[in-house]
Order: sequence, then structure tokens, then C-alpha cells
Amino acid sequence: MLRKSIGLLLLLAVWVLAAACAAAPVAAPAQGEAEEAGLPVVFGAYATAIEEPWDGVIHTALNAAQEAGRIEYTYTDDIGYSGDMERILREVAEETKPAVIFGDAFGNEEAVRRVAKDYPDIAFVFGSGGGPVEPNFSVFDNWIHEPAYLSGMLAGGLTQSNTLGVVGGLPVPEVNRIVNAFIAGAESVNPDVVVLTSFINSWFDPAAAKEAALAQIDAGADVLFAERFGVIEAAAENGFYAFGNMSDQTELAPEYVVSGPVWHMEPTVDYIINQVGAGAYTAQDLKDFSMMAKGGASLAPINGDVTGGISQELIDAVEAKQQEIVDGLFRVDVNEAQPPASTAE
Amino acid sequence: MSDIFSLTFLVGLLSATLRVATPLVYGAMGEIISERGGVLNLGIEGTMFLGAFTGFAAAAALSNAGVAGYLWLGLAAAILAGMIMGALMGLFAVTLGVNQHVSGLGITLLCTGLALFGFRLIFGESDVLPKVTPFAQIAPLGATSPAGVVLEQYLLTYIAFLVVVPVSWWLIYRTRFGLNLRAVGENPEAADASGVSVARTRYASLVLGGALMAVGGAFLSLAQLGAFTPGIVAGRGWVCIALVIFARWHPVRGMWGALLFGGVFALQLRLQTLGLELPYELFLALPYLVTILALALAGRNVAYPGAYLKPYHRE
Repeated sequence: MLRKSIGLLLLLAVWVLAAACAAAPVAAPAQGEAEEAGLPVVFGAYATAIEEPWDGVIHTALNAAQEAGRIEYTYTDDIGYSGDMERILREVAEETKPAVIFGDAFGNEEAVRRVAKDYPDIAFVFGSGGGPVEPNFSVFDNWIHEPAYLSGMLAGGLTQSNTLGVVGGLPVPEVNRIVNAFIAGAESVNPDVVVLTSFINSWFDPAAAKEAALAQIDAGADVLFAERFGVIEAAAENGFYAFGNMSDQTELAPEYVVSGPVWHMEPTVDYIINQVGAGAYTAQDLKDFSMMAKGGASLAPINGDVTGGISQELIDAVEAKQQEIVDGLFRVDVNEAQPPASTAE
Repeated sequence: MSDIFSLTFLVGLLSATLRVATPLVYGAMGEIISERGGVLNLGIEGTMFLGAFTGFAAAAALSNAGVAGYLWLGLAAAILAGMIMGALMGLFAVTLGVNQHVSGLGITLLCTGLALFGFRLIFGESDVLPKVTPFAQIAPLGATSPAGVVLEQYLLTYIAFLVVVPVSWWLIYRTRFGLNLRAVGENPEAADASGVSVARTRYASLVLGGALMAVGGAFLSLAQLGAFTPGIVAGRGWVCIALVIFARWHPVRGMWGALLFGGVFALQLRLQTLGLELPYELFLALPYLVTILALALAGRNVAYPGAYLKPYHRE
């Protein structure tokens, strides 16, 4: 009897410890001085761990704003999709009363919008596939199809086998439009190119992503677009070029990573802080602040040091197109349909 | 469009099958040895994850310190972490005799939390994924002939198939320990009456099993990727639980199960590249459908170890 009781107590301790680990706040504690200086308080609410690149980009921009002394920032990540988002948002709204809450609403869309409605004085700025709601719910998204198009141009120009491989997580609109733009870019410079696209149905399974990339290499691909982690490793192992995604991933394989689309949340964050500071905040779709013209998206610096080098002609063509995009003279199509497994007829 | 019947396709498929099956072989052998003693260890998914993390974290630290054998030392650290989690499972299931499902799931949650927490403590919030140079593949027959390409594998893959599987079989069926283990798993009262320590035998099997599970996880981080990310194990531990039933607790059948799953997984990735007009989800589901089918066919009327899920205390 005693043994059983001790056992149950210990077991409870393990579960509590596990929960504590998962929920441990690792954010820097709010600084007292900042509060006195009257900085706007910003809270980050992330469904995934911030190691996931999507939420990582938002987190990086908010961290930068805090370091620049513009905001006071705390966050909770790895909230998941099973009901905790609404509870955490309500707690924060009641207790911390931040000026702005940033986060990703995908998968928690209804809960986030429900809470936003109840706290009209707080600016809710969320990554979302839906639209803004007056008075306080703004949306943003990673609109990096423009640099994806430019990456496709580079890939289409670099391939020897005229076969490119793309490994994506899940075919959601955010992924589809990047992949479709990559395909369009490749086809614009190389009409013979065939693009293979595989999905692994997970945001985090780098071993499966690597195997998917190796399967594409077996099928003839010699340039790979790594929408997910694991693909660059497969390319580098076989001496092929790769493109990163979301952040500059040249460091992962400096001899083989050519470039890749990069998302920056700084323009969105700066704009919101300014609007809130001026008392001029309204609900809106912040799409433009995540595109190239306003610095919300960019092509990672083209890595001329890759094995074999890149022809100046190709680089010039890409840079000319980049200028056209920034000048508003060329618009990359937004195509959110699921890309075909192969573009071959 | 590539041809299914081409040599490249076949060579790539076989080579990938062995790679994909490797972590499953370690996990399944670890679970078979644990369950043979009568304890279901649902801590496997977390133990693999903690193994992947501990192996990577130790290897990264040692690599930065310029230690030459950092990968093997990292692997040793992973094994140690796995043994500790096996012992913790023993504390719950053997010494304290509480519900094995709840204990195992608790350990999986604990390992997951510890690994993610530790990852952020050690590596902070870096923009680029931290990396170590992983184990290289070895090619005993060279990398030019088709057979040579298929056999170009990680040393850990060779160890899994040529050492771990036969040794597990030998351990269970040909040693005194194995006899005790099976006795304890079938009928602990009888084993106890004949002088076998039920607790000690079960602890030993759980610690050994935990070590193997951790190696399976460390294979992902130290051999396949040279990196650690959240979700790196991605349900492979749960696949092992199913493989063990498919295997009817026999190591060699467990190996065949891992190869079957690995083979269908590698095949579906290749089918995706053929550009067929079918939803990709269908291909992704294939390995799991085959596992369910295999379980349905092979898993009927299986004889679970007699003392499965039953704690034992001398009355």
C-alpha cells in the first residue's frame, strides 16, 4: 500500500516535472528600467517552439526591437494547438495588459480571434491566413514568394540535369506559393527544367526530409530547395547545390548553399510599434511589410564561393529582376495551389 | 521521368531502406528486450529523443573543445542517458509497481521536456541550426558497383544489423540471462521460486533496452544529420512498439519488420518523385498502412509474455 502510494506520488512528480520543462519560460525577464521608461509592452504567443523557423523570424524581430530599446518583450512558445492558446492569451491580456500581442494564429485561428474581440484596447498582430478585423486584429504572413522566384532563377540556371528537387513540410498556402514561385523562376530562365516536389507531412522530421531529398537525387535532381531542415545535408553529401528557406542558411554548407528566400519581420514590427506609439493603430493586412519592396523579404546574399562558382551572367539576370521587383515593375504571381509532384508532362 | 525498374532506382531504394530501418532496429531491439521481462516501456519515444539530444549536445561540446573522438563520446553520453531512463522506468514498473502505461508516457513527456529545455539552455536561440560533422559512411566494397553503393552505410547501421540483432537473439535464447529474462516475463513466481531475482533481471533488461533506444535516437542526430531539432524522432519510437508485436518479441522478426517499414518508407519517397497524379498523402500513409496490415496478419493470436504489464512483488 505504502509502496503504491510512493509510486503514484513519484509518478505525479515526473508528469509535473515534464509539464514544467515544457512550459518553462526562457524569456528574459522584463526589465524594471524598461517599465519605468514607459516602453510599450509586447507579448509573443507562439504555437510552435521558436526553433521552428516561422515563429523564429517573429521572435528575432521582437528581440531586436527590445535590444534597440523600443519595446519591453516577453513571450511564451510551444503553446500547441490543443486549447492552451486561448487560456494564455486571456491570462496575459488580464494580467500583463500588453500594448501589442504578436503571434501565429494558424491552427488557433478561432481562439485567437475570440480573445481579440474581448480586448479591443490591445493590438493583436497575428500570422494568419485570414483577414483583419476592426478594431484591433491585424494579420501578417510570410510573403516571400518574390525571393523564392529569384532563387528559382538561380536554380534553373545552375542545374546540369535540368531537374530540380523541392522538399516541403505540408502543402499549406504559405508553402505552396513559395514553391510555385520557385518553379516559375526556374522556368523563366530554363524552359526545359523539371521540378520535383515532395512533402513529408511534418514541420520537423529532418531525417525524413533528407531521405526525400536523396530520393529526388536518385530521380535525377541536382539542385535542391530546402523548404525544411535536412535537405541541405543531402545535397552537400552528394556535392549538389541547395537553397535554404526563411533565414540565410549558407553556414550549414558554405560550399553548396547558393542562396534562398529570407523573411524579415522587422518592417512589420517597426510599423506596428510606430502606429501604436502614435495612437494611430488600426486593424489591417500587413502583407506589404513582408514583401521585398518594404524590406520584409530578401534573397539571401548570393554565395559566389560555392564549388564551381556561379556565372556573372546569371547573377546579373537575377539582380536585374530583383531591381524590377523592388521598383514595382515586376510582380511575382501568387499561386497557392498545391504544386504538382513533377512538372514534367 | 525515372524508371521504377532502373538499377539506380533499385540501388537507391535498398540503400535508403537500410538507413531508414537502422533507428527502428535499435528501438525495436531495446523494446523487445524490455518487454521480454514483462515490462512495456512506452518511454521509448522520449528515450530516443533524449538520446538524440544528449548525443548531439555532448558531441557538439567536445567537438568545440577539440576532442577527436567527439562522436563516439557523444554516443556514449546518449547511451548513459538511455540507461538512466531505463532505470527510471524500472523504479516505477518494478520497484514501485505502478501502471506501466502511465509511467512510460510520463517518461516520454519528461525526456521530451528535458531535451528541449536543455537544447535551449545550451544552444540558446541561434538563427542557424547548430551542427557537428556527423559520422561518415563507410564503403567496404567501394562506391562504384551497385552492391558497393548499397553497402555504403554508416558504421552504426552495420552494428545494428550485424551485431545488435544477432547478439539480442543470442542473449535472449542462448544465455543464462536470457533464460532468466524469459522466465521472469512469463512466470515471475516460478522464476522467483527457482532463485532468480525478478527485480534485478527486469532492471537489467530495462537499462539495456534504454541504452539501445537512445542509440537509435543518436543515430538520427549524430549520423544522419549532424544536428538536433525538435521533433527529430517523429514517432519512430511508436513505430517500434508496433514492430515488437509484429515480431512476436523475436529479434530477427523485429529486424524484418524494421526492414519492411524502412523499405516501404523509402519506396513511397521514390514514388512521390515519379509525378503520378495521386495525392502525396497516399504515399506517406503507405508505410503505416503496411505496418497495420502486417500487424493484422501476423499479430493475430500472438502470445504476449505471460507477465506482460504485471508488476511482481513477493507475497
